[in-house]
Amino acid sequence: MTDEFQNVDLLLVEDNEHDAEMTMRALTKAHFLNRVHWVRDGVEALEYVRCTGAYIDRDPQQVLKLMLLDLKMPRLGGIEVLRELKTDPKTIGIPIVVMTSSNQDRDVTESYNLGVNGYVTKPVQVASFMEAVAQIGMYWLLTNQAPTR
Amino acid sequence: MSDIDDVEVLLVEDSRHDAELMMRALAKCDVNSKLHWVQDGVDALEFIRCTGAYDGRSFDQRPKLVLLDLKMPRLNGLDVMRELKSDERTKTIPIVVMTSSNETRDIRESYQLGANGYVTKPIQSADLAAAIAHIAAYWLRINQVP
Repeated sequence: MTDEFQNVDLLLVEDNEHDAEMTMRALTKAHFLNRVHWVRDGVEALEYVRCTGAYIDRDPQQVLKLMLLDLKMPRLGGIEVLRELKTDPKTIGIPIVVMTSSNQDRDVTESYNLGVNGYVTKPVQVASFMEAVAQIGMYWLLTNQAPTR
Repeated sequence: MSDIDDVEVLLVEDSRHDAELMMRALAKCDVNSKLHWVQDGVDALEFIRCTGAYDGRSFDQRPKLVLLDLKMPRLNGLDVMRELKSDERTKTIPIVVMTSSNETRDIRESYQLGANGYVTKPIQSADLAAAIAHIAAYWLRINQVP
């Protein structure tokens, strides 16, 4: 089966085009060759993970090393995505890091209560943003081990 | 404030050799995090819950990271995780399993119980030092806890 999503390691769930592009640029700059797939809201994220909708032909054996998840998005927000994926034994093991501009304690606490693996507040300065993404890559793409199917 | 109240990393590791390697690696990283080392799961729970030998410790001083071995005497890592992740007071503390096992079953079970991450201990000490550096940079500098 040819699968255009083969070897995608990172699912980026981000409605802001500027932030998404900067994240992908930061990964490239830090020499990560991992494939990234970008979706713009929670509905698409769930379809990707569950191989439904536009992703019906995706091979479910291909697992993610990381989902980077924004919180405020149209259609379905990040908190709802977390709730869906972390209450399903089939998807609970997917490492999910919330990456958002919110550093409100309520969002941090709720994300952890729902089982998020990590939480990063988007740095405002470009250099700090690039650095944060590079460190996220070093840990989640190089060092951490995600479950296989 | 007692000297264990500002601990940011709790290392739960029964092997003295591994613990010393990890502490030495962390000391070389660009983080000023204080580490406390305990040798089994019982001590880990007492530390987090401020009971037993840690009776006077402040419960509000939560570590930013628990680095947890799996195979340990008295109480193993999976049991520690089950206890901490099923308790509302402690479930939000990040736990990264760090073990020599890379068995699929251990990885899966760790995540099912709520592990925040899972790292297989590299055998070469230079690789172990690199892994600790990546862990420290992410979990102690970038990641945010409640």
